[in-house]
Amino acid sequence: MWRFIKPGRRTLRAWQLVVLVVIFAAWHVLTVPGLVPHFLFSDDNQAAFFFGEPLKIFARIGHWFFIDHDIYVHLGVTLLETVLAFAIGTALGLATGLWLALNPLAAAVFDPYIKAMNAMPRVILAPIFAVWFGLGIASKVALGVTLVFFVVFFNVYQGVKEVSPVILANARMLGASRRQLLRHVYLPSATSWVFSSLHTSVGLAFVGAVVGEYLGSSQGVGYLILQAEGSFDINTVMAGILVLTVFALGLDAIVGRVEKSLMKWQPRAGESERL
Amino acid sequence: MSAPALALDGVSCTFIARDGDAARYTAVRDVSLTIQAGEFVSVVGPTGCGKSTLLNMAAGLLAPSTGSVRVFGDVLAGVNARAGYIFQAESLMPWRTALGNVMAGLSFRGASDADARALATEWLRRVGLAAFADRYPHQLSGGMRKRVSLAQVLALDPDIILMDEPFSALDVQTRQLMENEVLDLWSAKRKAVLFITHDLDEAIAMSDRVVILSAGPASHPIGEFRIDLTRPRDVAEVRATPRFVELHKAIWDVLREQVLAGYQQQLAKA
Repeated sequence: MWRFIKPGRRTLRAWQLVVLVVIFAAWHVLTVPGLVPHFLFSDDNQAAFFFGEPLKIFARIGHWFFIDHDIYVHLGVTLLETVLAFAIGTALGLATGLWLALNPLAAAVFDPYIKAMNAMPRVILAPIFAVWFGLGIASKVALGVTLVFFVVFFNVYQGVKEVSPVILANARMLGASRRQLLRHVYLPSATSWVFSSLHTSVGLAFVGAVVGEYLGSSQGVGYLILQAEGSFDINTVMAGILVLTVFALGLDAIVGRVEKSLMKWQPRAGESERL
Repeated sequence: MSAPALALDGVSCTFIARDGDAARYTAVRDVSLTIQAGEFVSVVGPTGCGKSTLLNMAAGLLAPSTGSVRVFGDVLAGVNARAGYIFQAESLMPWRTALGNVMAGLSFRGASDADARALATEWLRRVGLAAFADRYPHQLSGGMRKRVSLAQVLALDPDIILMDEPFSALDVQTRQLMENEVLDLWSAKRKAVLFITHDLDEAIAMSDRVVILSAGPASHPIGEFRIDLTRPRDVAEVRATPRFVELHKAIWDVLREQVLAGYQQQLAKA
């Protein structure tokens, strides 16, 4: 019996599902008033008040998506902000990283400022962006861009610096111009670094969007969460967090897909197949 | 007589270290070496004697500190466009397939995609890798990767071929196969070849001329031997001929001292 269900490649998904179910079951049992005697709080209802109840949370999500249909506009705004921040931040980081990595002098000049800007807690810029760009989408995108930019930038910079000197010399001997070197050697070589940074950046783009909404907005999932928090509606807060998590996972999966198709030249450990 | 394919004219190469003059290192000093068109010349020397430095200067990847490099009579400035370079280390672009790698040089030099593909396919076939065109370098064995490198360079039809211990990472059997393949390809086209190696057997078996470099630093040629073995040669068979043994002994007598000197220096540094 154990032979069939023991964790392995075949049963991996099932086991992952088991973990999820156990978490939600524990959550349910520990929070629904009266199900188990209270041991941490002074009253049966307090656990539900602080942690929410999974069934009510799912009901809330169901209402959002299928009954009231009012989540779509908020989700759409948050996703738009995230995708814009992600795209703009990545493009800027890529361009700046390439430029500075190939111009050591410029890199030396800007070095302290880049370090300073990276060290700065950039979430603190959110109120300033709200003043500059208003309470609409632009201020959230700006915040997300500042978060995404540095991750991508540092990775591209490092990636270009670590191009194999032999491959570079070989491409030069084969007759590559500076432009061709950039296109055919530096860029592909940096992509593996870029992709490892993109997984982090997707999350950060979400952080930028939601924190921006949280600080001042009239739309978005962050706004929904803020509203619910104002009335101590912990179930709605949790529902918002769950929805955001699922969509962040989705975006990350898309990045993973693209990575897999672009990076098929990379060796993977143990590629052999047992027949 | 026409200008030699490659002429190093009193070249020296001194590397400056970041921490000042004290750490300056002269790899080669006053090297003069000419290679005629169609000649196969090997340079042998103890490890760390600046053989690769010499080759990098011939390739134009490294500017000589003094002296000049002439290619068919013209002073070389920048990368040597008439030379193909086969590196010791892995030099294929891992993000391109074998075919893509062979096509790279052709498209860099402006060939149309269709032309580059046709020529690259032909060269892959010639090095026996027609079936592996769509493999990525990590999916090929070390010997196959070297053959792709060979096809990549030879497809450009360079007038000068520079090789930096190209087979040093290969096992003995693959190595002999590759040496014979290179000799076959070379004899068909008769390009000027500058071949760097630390393996005296390989140098004698393949070359028209063997140049011996002294132990570094500031190494320079200390001997030169004309290899009058008949061609075509088979690198495995030629090793057993009496003339080969004679040449080997004569060259080794000169080289041994340098190898010992180089070894002593490395011990002293450690």
